[in-house]
Amino acid sequence: MEVARARRARTEPFTTRPGIAERLGLPYMDAPLALSAAVLVAFSVFTLGQATSHDVPGNPNYYTDRQAIYGLLGIVGMLALTRIDYSRFRELRVGIYTFLCVSISLVFVFGFAARGSRRSFELPFFSFQPSELGKLLLVLALAGFVIDGARRGSARQRTVRYLCLGLAPAALVFLQPDLGTALVFAAVTLAVMYVGGVPWTHFAVIGAALVALISIVLVVAPALGVPLLKGYQEQRLTSFLHPSEDASDAGYQQHQGQVAIGSGQVTGRGDNATQTRLDFVPERHTDFIFAVIGERYGFIGAAFVLSLYALLLWRALRIVTLSKNSYGTLVAGGIAGMLLFQVFVNVGMNLGIMPITGIPLPLMSYGGSSVLATFLAVGVLQSIHMQARLSQRSRFAW
Amino acid sequence: MYLDADGGGPRMSKRLSLRIAIFIGAAVVLFAILFLRLWYLQVVSGDKYLAEAQNNRTREFRVAAPRGKVLDRNGNVLVENRTSLALQVNPAKLPEDPAERGAELSKLGALAHMSLQRVRRTMHEQLKIAAGAPVTLRHDVEHDLVYYLQENQDLFPGVAVEPVFVRRYPHGSLAAHVLGSVGEVTEEDLKERRYRNLEPGDEVGNGGVEDSYDSVLRGTPGTTRIQVNALGQPTPGGALLKQPPTPGDSLKLSIDSEVQEAGEGALAARGLPGAFVTMNVNNGQILGLGSFPTYDPTVLTKRMTQSQVNALYRDPVLAPLTNRATQGLYPTGSTFKVITAMAALNSGVSTPSTTIDDTGSIKIGEQTFQNAGGAAFGPVDLVNALRVSSDVYFYELGLKMWNTGALQHWAHLLGIGRPTGIDLPEQTDGLLPSKAWRNKLYREGETDRPWSAGDNVQLATGQGDLQTNPLQMAIAYATVANSGTVVTPHVGMEVDDSAGRVLQEIDPPPRRHVHVDPEYRAAILEGLHEAAQSPGGTSYGVFSGFPVPVAGKTGTVQRPPNPDQSWYVVLAPYPNPRIVTAVTIEQGGFGAESAAPAALQILEAYFNKHATGTSGANGGSPG
Repeated sequence: MEVARARRARTEPFTTRPGIAERLGLPYMDAPLALSAAVLVAFSVFTLGQATSHDVPGNPNYYTDRQAIYGLLGIVGMLALTRIDYSRFRELRVGIYTFLCVSISLVFVFGFAARGSRRSFELPFFSFQPSELGKLLLVLALAGFVIDGARRGSARQRTVRYLCLGLAPAALVFLQPDLGTALVFAAVTLAVMYVGGVPWTHFAVIGAALVALISIVLVVAPALGVPLLKGYQEQRLTSFLHPSEDASDAGYQQHQGQVAIGSGQVTGRGDNATQTRLDFVPERHTDFIFAVIGERYGFIGAAFVLSLYALLLWRALRIVTLSKNSYGTLVAGGIAGMLLFQVFVNVGMNLGIMPITGIPLPLMSYGGSSVLATFLAVGVLQSIHMQARLSQRSRFAW
Repeated sequence: MYLDADGGGPRMSKRLSLRIAIFIGAAVVLFAILFLRLWYLQVVSGDKYLAEAQNNRTREFRVAAPRGKVLDRNGNVLVENRTSLALQVNPAKLPEDPAERGAELSKLGALAHMSLQRVRRTMHEQLKIAAGAPVTLRHDVEHDLVYYLQENQDLFPGVAVEPVFVRRYPHGSLAAHVLGSVGEVTEEDLKERRYRNLEPGDEVGNGGVEDSYDSVLRGTPGTTRIQVNALGQPTPGGALLKQPPTPGDSLKLSIDSEVQEAGEGALAARGLPGAFVTMNVNNGQILGLGSFPTYDPTVLTKRMTQSQVNALYRDPVLAPLTNRATQGLYPTGSTFKVITAMAALNSGVSTPSTTIDDTGSIKIGEQTFQNAGGAAFGPVDLVNALRVSSDVYFYELGLKMWNTGALQHWAHLLGIGRPTGIDLPEQTDGLLPSKAWRNKLYREGETDRPWSAGDNVQLATGQGDLQTNPLQMAIAYATVANSGTVVTPHVGMEVDDSAGRVLQEIDPPPRRHVHVDPEYRAAILEGLHEAAQSPGGTSYGVFSGFPVPVAGKTGTVQRPPNPDQSWYVVLAPYPNPRIVTAVTIEQGGFGAESAAPAALQILEAYFNKHATGTSGANGGSPG
């Protein structure tokens, strides 16, 4: 127990005057988690700096400057949340849930329309997209509802309640329309329910319903002349099944992303990159930033980024097991599910094995709301970690 | 309890541990999928994707090569290139908004005198061939339009005026039928082997030496590979690889501009459809070859008006595009008598001294054949028969050979009614009437009677069904004059590179050799000489004053209901001719009336240049 003793000795905060690190809670933070998040956003700024210097005429640093500011704000937010006991959110669940639904709804009224879709508010310095923060808010609120309702009603009633609570904001987001984020909401809901112990049989029913829904949306409804998805949404969802040569086609764009990554080979093409530099790959600073990394930095760079996500996720899942209470377990599980879903769907989309759904790559894709929300989520994980460490310490100390 | 509101942490339930273990397992599997896929794309098949990416970002544009010049034998330029301003539209730079785009194109079309529909069709057709490449809307844009576009560039994004090569003909219509023209390669052409390296939009020769020497003149287009973005727009990084075009080689023709001019001038002066050929009798080099009416090939390099199109393509009588010297189908009149004489002498039917009493007419069966003009020349030998052009003499020879095929055999040997091998694409074989030919027609019910003596008698004097042209007649005369070599006529003489160095001499071998007895040759040439330059000769009135001794034969074809067609074939200088000139003028009357004076004008032009060895430059009487 040499290690354990040494760690305890280091984290003896009240024996001496607490230093600045102590006040920030740094000794109780999970360092690999914080570091992997910080390195990811730093790598994002670095990549944007190389790939987007010609994108905004007259301002080569447009994206890098903004992404760096979002990253710094995010780190500050993470540190702040670390110090807050996440259990407070359980008590605020109704307020959080209401705020979530209202903020998403307000977008319909005051929202800033981009490409036919209202997703964000135009604020003085950046446009804020409530649904990004909403992912975290949904985790916090839903976990609270699950804990709260753990003993009320039958298992079936509970499952239906969770589903309704989770899918209501998902439906709002879907109507913006923002299919990708709606899917994240749904994934988060399922992750919380999963960790929350919803019976396997219920998941089987949900799975069957999902299959039926997909076939109705993609096959039956269009066949009956009632398209439920917008044309581009359906095209994006199915195009990865049949890549096409038509440049206006979503399948073509996805194929170009695949070509970009493949052409990077082991060591990458650096500034000789063409696929992501000459507009063959769309949305290179957001949804397809992984293709930029793959082409510019090769397998080495892309595997490095993937490894950072693996590290991030490993630390998140570890925190699921460390949490001092069930609410923490559920929140950490929801956040881990959220991160895993987004990373897998986005990277999979870049690699040509998942449909194009417009889900950003957490911390890498350019975008203030997403970067900030992800850091806040990491902050909540840190808070769970810190509370667990503090309770451990007290358990051992007393 | 699975979940404990206050519990958790180290005292986690077994079922929750299992779920988290499964969660972790799922995460491991998903990450494994991503890593494997990444490995597969980048490490396993990276080469393939790199190649695809390279291919993606570059686009090849062809850079047209200037065609080679065409020169006459003395180096005078007959065809060269000029740069023309072509109105081009770069589709990638046009406004994206369809309405704005349409407005710009219709405005541009109005300036270029094209309907919006035509602009769109032109663009569609060219873009189908080369997507992303600039589209040429019109060649030879007027300068005021160029200035207007330059001044208002911001109103016409994506519109440019680019210089392109266009053929230029410094001498206008001179040698138009020999030169041919240039046009865009057709889809049919592209299937031919000789055009296999071409692409739609490339230019190839149409007719004349532009066609037959296309591979010499064409050159090799260059290529520019440029880096483009996903919209096909050139990007900074510019030209990646530039292979400059190789200009075509120059073609030096054996045509002598002065002879050519004289021949065309002589035909034009008479204003009647006709043709001429002047050829070196020993090597087949063509010094002049022309057809009237002619045209100025310059009109083909520009947008043509409807009346120009009608005049060029839709006039079946004048048919200015037809090269009558090689494509004409005419009986030859008395100029054929040289061939009849060759046949009779060589088949033993007659000798040079054989004398026939010309009573003015000959009766064969129920038909009576008369001398032209009803003249009676009394007893004539071969020389005199040629001098006065006694029809009866040759009727007699034709009658003697009517069933032997000797006349057809010799006419065929001398090149009548068969391909000449000339290096021009337009030529017709013609028709040499024979017993087999007519009897076959008769069997098939195409004609009312079989071969008869009358047919051969007609042929012996170049009348009737015979169809030949000045070139074939020139070859036949040349073969007699050069003692038996059937030359391959050619207008191409030399291929030079763009710096003027000789790359290749064009000297096709003779088609065949024919035995010509020197005695026969001497007699025939003497007869022709006397016909031209001794009193009583049929063209004495035309050539008596010409200082160079010549040997020439008139021909007059009866072509009812039209006036007679005039022929003249002349060898010069006598007795060892270097050149032969054959002239025919439709509706020109007697041979001595129009064809012979035209031939004289050509010989004057030829011998003026070689006046040092001869007695003078004075042309003599134009008869």
